[in-house]
Amino acid sequence: MNRFYLSVVTVMLLFLIAFASLTHAQKTLTVAWAEWLPANYLQTLSEDFTAETGIEVDVVQIQWPSFQSQVDLAFVGKSNRYDIVIGDSQWLGMNSVGGHYVKLTDWINENINVDEIYGPAMTAFAEYPKGSGEYWALPAEVDANGYVYRTDLFEDPKEMEAFKNKYGYELAPPKTYKELRDIAEFFTRPPDLYGIATYFSKEYDGITMGFQQVMWSYGGSYGDPKTYKVDGYINSADSLKALEYYKELVKYSPPDAPNYYWPETLAAYNAGKVAMAMDYFAFLPGAIDAKENPMYHDKSGFFIAPAGPKGHYISIGGQGMSISSYSKNMDIAKQYMKWFMQKPVQEKWAKLGGFTPHKEVLESDLFLNATPYNKAFAASFPYLRDFWAVPEYGELLDACQTNWNAVIVGSKSAKEALDEIARKHEQIFEENGYYDE
Amino acid sequence: MQSARFSRGFSDYQIKMAFIMPTMVLLIVMNIFPLLWSLYLSFHRYKASMPNVPAKFIGVQNYARLLKDPEVWGYFQTTAYFVIVAVAVQFLIGFGLALLLNREFRYKGLITTLILLPMMLSPVVVGLFWRFIFASDASGLVNYFLMPLLKLFNAKPIPWTTSTGVAMLAVVIVDTWMWSPFMMLISLAGLSAIPKYLYEAADVDRASNWFKFRRITLPLVSPLLLIALLFRTMDAFKMFDIVYVLTREGGPGTATETVSMNLFKLAFRNFNTGKACAMAYILLVIIVALSSIYVKYLNKVKERA
Repeated sequence: MNRFYLSVVTVMLLFLIAFASLTHAQKTLTVAWAEWLPANYLQTLSEDFTAETGIEVDVVQIQWPSFQSQVDLAFVGKSNRYDIVIGDSQWLGMNSVGGHYVKLTDWINENINVDEIYGPAMTAFAEYPKGSGEYWALPAEVDANGYVYRTDLFEDPKEMEAFKNKYGYELAPPKTYKELRDIAEFFTRPPDLYGIATYFSKEYDGITMGFQQVMWSYGGSYGDPKTYKVDGYINSADSLKALEYYKELVKYSPPDAPNYYWPETLAAYNAGKVAMAMDYFAFLPGAIDAKENPMYHDKSGFFIAPAGPKGHYISIGGQGMSISSYSKNMDIAKQYMKWFMQKPVQEKWAKLGGFTPHKEVLESDLFLNATPYNKAFAASFPYLRDFWAVPEYGELLDACQTNWNAVIVGSKSAKEALDEIARKHEQIFEENGYYDE
Repeated sequence: MQSARFSRGFSDYQIKMAFIMPTMVLLIVMNIFPLLWSLYLSFHRYKASMPNVPAKFIGVQNYARLLKDPEVWGYFQTTAYFVIVAVAVQFLIGFGLALLLNREFRYKGLITTLILLPMMLSPVVVGLFWRFIFASDASGLVNYFLMPLLKLFNAKPIPWTTSTGVAMLAVVIVDTWMWSPFMMLISLAGLSAIPKYLYEAADVDRASNWFKFRRITLPLVSPLLLIALLFRTMDAFKMFDIVYVLTREGGPGTATETVSMNLFKLAFRNFNTGKACAMAYILLVIIVALSSIYVKYLNKVKERA
């Protein structure tokens, strides 16, 4: 008799577990994103979606260094591990042509008011090929490179006077790259203080994101996006001047600066090693957090990346929200994305600390006053530009990273590096049939 | 009773096969198939990230492009330099430590265990904490301790991971710290296997320590030393993790970019699968060739011993 009851209870328990796991599997949306604060904000924001629909949202945070490879490997293995991927703008080409992202053109045109989204963000994060009107994503977190600076130094009367005496103009957040160089030089007082911390690292897209905005602002470019010709563009006289300028900044940076990427520039700033630091705005909460930056959290100001002699461009950051082709929850994913783009949700997203792509919210006081750096971030918007988003972007990026870092550490001249990048980029485009008639 | 029935039901051959087959299947699925498949892909233009684009046969183009690329030759040079220096230093330190430990003294077990610890750590963790130890300013532990000396010579802190001239040295130091214990362990095993009576006989003949080392220790321990060298050479040739973490993907510039580091980028960053397979085969051929030389020499040494 006991054995009978035991069997019944066991079977019922097994049914319960199976039922629970089945319902759980049906009602959970898995979002893959990098491990950073915006992912925490999204997890918090998604609680509202769960409250409205009963669908759980799990924002899986992958460490930055392995973010791309983990997502790529899931795609290559056609895994349904992730329903939504919030990926870099450069991934669009590879993941759309490779069939990993679901094409969303019709769905977006029917369900999303594209006019409400900031145009350049839609182009950068959603459209591939550029100008084609084909959409593969919706902008989720729009980011830009910006600067944080020490107000205690910039507003110190003695420093201001000394600066004016030396350079002939007022000490203030720089508006041009020349001013940035002057200020960096002025505050370089080794071994305790240096002028600037910026991206020089060979890691992932470090130096490329730091340098490309200087190159564009000096009049250089990666190449002709229509013909994919590179020679004469990336190794032009303007690009050369830009690279020589960028290399000069090493002199005004701490000794380990050639390894600096986003964690290192922020750490250098928080440690009081530098007067100014460049970083993506989305990482800058770390500069105003009293726990992370006990010394200067209340002595920090922000400014947008300066202009160059031939223009004003800033590296775009952030990511777009795409649906994995291998997801088994595509309808729920679309429901979530539609919910995410609503104005009240975007307002809450901005309030939590997310960088909204919603035009109206972006321009609202609510957003501009949400953090001390949001004004500088919003001011950066008109100047945003991106790296190649073609499927071969990884190879193109690798050539830039290796060669530009080599210039920074002095193992190559700027001319040699730019010529080598031009040769490599044309070889990559040639191998992949971009020059075929 | 049951086992008798079992053995009556199957022939010796069947039982043999039943034991061998799982291993064979595993080997074929996990080793032989990928080996042949990657060889096939190495003659194709193929990207694993583009499963909807079929592989296109391009003959030996992948091999030709790789072998014609001066940067690839640079990666091989970097790797060769690393292998020669790191393995040689590890050999000297490891064997030296083994000689010191090959005697009875207090806390011998504890000291041996402590020396072995680095080998047991994850290379990524090792790379990460050495990143801090090798910081290029005084915040790095190495520079902090060297500071009095550096001040004496009016020198700046050593840019361990940011200077092309020093970065490889940093990688060698970390690899040596981690893998000398392995050399020590194998050497110690070889040393403790040498019969004591040989030394006793040499003592009776009033042989010098140098003579005993040269005529007894070295010849008898050398087969094991060669095996240790073979393992370390093969492993060093595949150096990836420490370089990936410590010098940020083989930097500065390409100063520490080994073949394996570049292979990782080709295969998993750029998803240039065809080219990556060709590169992996070039690396495989080199490792097999080097191993053959070692094994030949090992056999000779064994014959002599």
